[in-house]
Amino acid sequence: MLAEQKHWSNRLFNTINYSLLILVSVVTIVPFLYIVAVSFAAPAEVAKGGLLLFPTEFTLGAYKYIFSTDTMFKGIGISIYVTVVGTFINLVLTSLTAYPLAKPGLRGRRLFMLMILVTMLFSGGIIPTYFVVKAFGMINTYWSLMVPTAISAFNLIVLKNFFQQIPDSLEDSAKIDGAGDLGVLFRIVLPLSMPAMATFGLFYAVGHWNTFFNAVMYINDSEKFPVQVILRQIVLLSQDQIGDTTSQQDPTDYLPQTIRMASIVVATLPIVLVYPFLQKHFAKGVLLGSVKG
Amino acid sequence: MKGQQAVRLHPDHKLKSVKQSLLMKDIIRDRWLYLILLPGMLYFVVFKYVPMLGLMMAFENYQPHLGFLNSPWAGFKHFERFFTEPQFWTLFRNTILLAIYNLVFFFPLPIILALMLNEVRQKLFKRFAQTLLYLPHFVSWVVAVGIFYILFTTEGGIVNEFIAKLGFEKIPFMLSEDWFRTMIVSQSIWKEAGWGTIIFLAALAGVDLQLYEAARMDGAGRWRQLWHITLPAIRSTIVILFILRLGSFLDTGFEHIFLMLNSMNREVGEVFDTYVYMKGLTQGQYSYSAAVGLFKSLVGLVLVLGANWAAKKFGEEGIY
Repeated sequence: MLAEQKHWSNRLFNTINYSLLILVSVVTIVPFLYIVAVSFAAPAEVAKGGLLLFPTEFTLGAYKYIFSTDTMFKGIGISIYVTVVGTFINLVLTSLTAYPLAKPGLRGRRLFMLMILVTMLFSGGIIPTYFVVKAFGMINTYWSLMVPTAISAFNLIVLKNFFQQIPDSLEDSAKIDGAGDLGVLFRIVLPLSMPAMATFGLFYAVGHWNTFFNAVMYINDSEKFPVQVILRQIVLLSQDQIGDTTSQQDPTDYLPQTIRMASIVVATLPIVLVYPFLQKHFAKGVLLGSVKG
Repeated sequence: MKGQQAVRLHPDHKLKSVKQSLLMKDIIRDRWLYLILLPGMLYFVVFKYVPMLGLMMAFENYQPHLGFLNSPWAGFKHFERFFTEPQFWTLFRNTILLAIYNLVFFFPLPIILALMLNEVRQKLFKRFAQTLLYLPHFVSWVVAVGIFYILFTTEGGIVNEFIAKLGFEKIPFMLSEDWFRTMIVSQSIWKEAGWGTIIFLAALAGVDLQLYEAARMDGAGRWRQLWHITLPAIRSTIVILFILRLGSFLDTGFEHIFLMLNSMNREVGEVFDTYVYMKGLTQGQYSYSAAVGLFKSLVGLVLVLGANWAAKKFGEEGIY
C-alpha cells in the first residue's frame, strides 16, 4: 500500500481525480450560492456585475417586495397544506398496501403485484387521467394534487421488500400472544420500519412541495396556485412586468433580477432545511429494496 | 395452525372443492389483510387502469358529456391524421434527438462520477462531495430552469455579461433554437447526474476488497484495477439502468421541456408529450391527443420489452 502511494502514476491519478471532483462540486453548488448572495445584495452592487458571492451590503428589499402582496404567502400556505396532508395520505396508503403484499401466503398476491408492475411499464397518459380526475370533481381542488399521486408503485415495492426482511419470528410471537394481523402491523412492523417510513415520507414530501405540472393541469383558479406555479410566473413568465408595479416598496431597493432570485430562495428553502435529514436516510432508503423478495 | 383443520379430507369431496374450501379458508383467515389492501388496489384501478381503458377515446370522437363508453366511434381516424400531419416528423425528430442526446451525454456521466467517487480514499471528502452533488436533485424543475434562466439570460445574466466583456456578441441561450438541446441536456446533467451515482455506488460497495488486494499483488495499477474489477462489478447495474432508460426513452422530461418551451424555440422543442398537452388540454382535441399519447406509450413499451429481451439474450439479468 505504502509503496503504491508513493508511485508517481498513483499520485497523478489521485490529483486528477480530486481536482475533477472538486470542480464538479463547485459547478454544482455555485449557482445556488450566487442566487442566495445576489438576492440579499444591494442594487448598486448587483449592477456592477460579476460573480457576486459575498455582498458587502445586505438588503431585504427583494424579500419585502415579494411579500408585499399576499400571493406568495398564499402559495406557500397551499404548498404546506398539500405537502402535509398529501404525505400523510401517501404513507398511510403505501404502508397499508405494502404489508399484505409482503405476506407470501396471501392468495392472489402474484396477481396484485403484477397489476402494480404493469402500471410502471404502461400508462393511460395525461388526457384520460385528466378526465378521470375531472369525473371525481377534483378539478380546482387540492385533492387533485394529492389523490392522483397517492401511491408511487416504486416506493410501494421497495417498502414491501423492506417488510419482508423483518424476521417472521417477531410477528409469530406477537400472534401467539393473541395479536391479529392489524395488531402485528401497528405494534410490531410499523414501529420497526420508522427509518423507512421517514425516508419515504421525505421523498413524498419533496415531491408534493415541488409539484408543478399537476397544478398547471388541474388548478385553473389562480387563488389556489401552489408555490411552484407562482414561482414560474415570477421567474419565467414575467419578463418585465415586475419592478414597475404599484407596490409601496421603495423601487431603489431591488431589481427585477433580485426579485427572481429571492423567489427562488423562498421556494427552495424548505428543501434545503430538510436536506440534512434526507441526506442521512436516502442512501439507506434507496438500498432498502435492493434485496430481492 | 388454522390451516391444518382445512387439510382434513372428506372422502366424498372432490379434490376441486377441497381446494376451493382451502381458498375460502385462507381468504377468511386473511380478511383483515385484504381489507387494508383494498384502498391501495382501488387507487391503482381507478387512477391507473381506468385511464388505460380510457385510451379507447383515441378511437372515438370523445365528448366529455358522453364519457368514455358512449362517445361515437371514429376508428383509426385520429391516428391517420397524426401520421400524415407534417408536424409528426418534427415531433418525431425532436423527441428522438433529445432522447439520443440524453442517452449519449447524460447516461455515462453518473457512471463516471460514481467511479471517481469510489476511488476517493478520504471518507470526509467523499461525503462532502456527495452532499453537494445530490442537492440539485431535490429542487423542482421550476427552480432548476429558473436558475439557468437567471444565469444565461441576455438581460443581465452573468454568463452573457462575461461573454460581452470578452468582446463577443451575447447569445440568447434560453430563446434560441440552436441552443435548446444543449440547454436541456446541461440542465439534466446539473440536476440529476450526481443523484444518479447512488445506485452505482451501492453496487460498488459490494465489491470484495480482496480482489483489489490480489490485483495489486499481481502488479495491477489503479487504471487496470478500475478496468478489470470495478467496471465488471457494476456491469449488470449499468445494463438494468440502460433498459429502464430505454423504456422511458420517449419520456423526454415533460415538466422540464414544458418549462423551457417558448414561442422562439417551439420548432425544435415541441415533443410528443408537450404536443399532447397543447392539443388536448389547451385546444380541446381530446381524442386526437389521446391517440398521440397512446402511440408514444406503445413505442415506449416496445422499446423496454425489446431492450429487456436483448439483455437476456446477451446473458444479462434484465428487469424481470
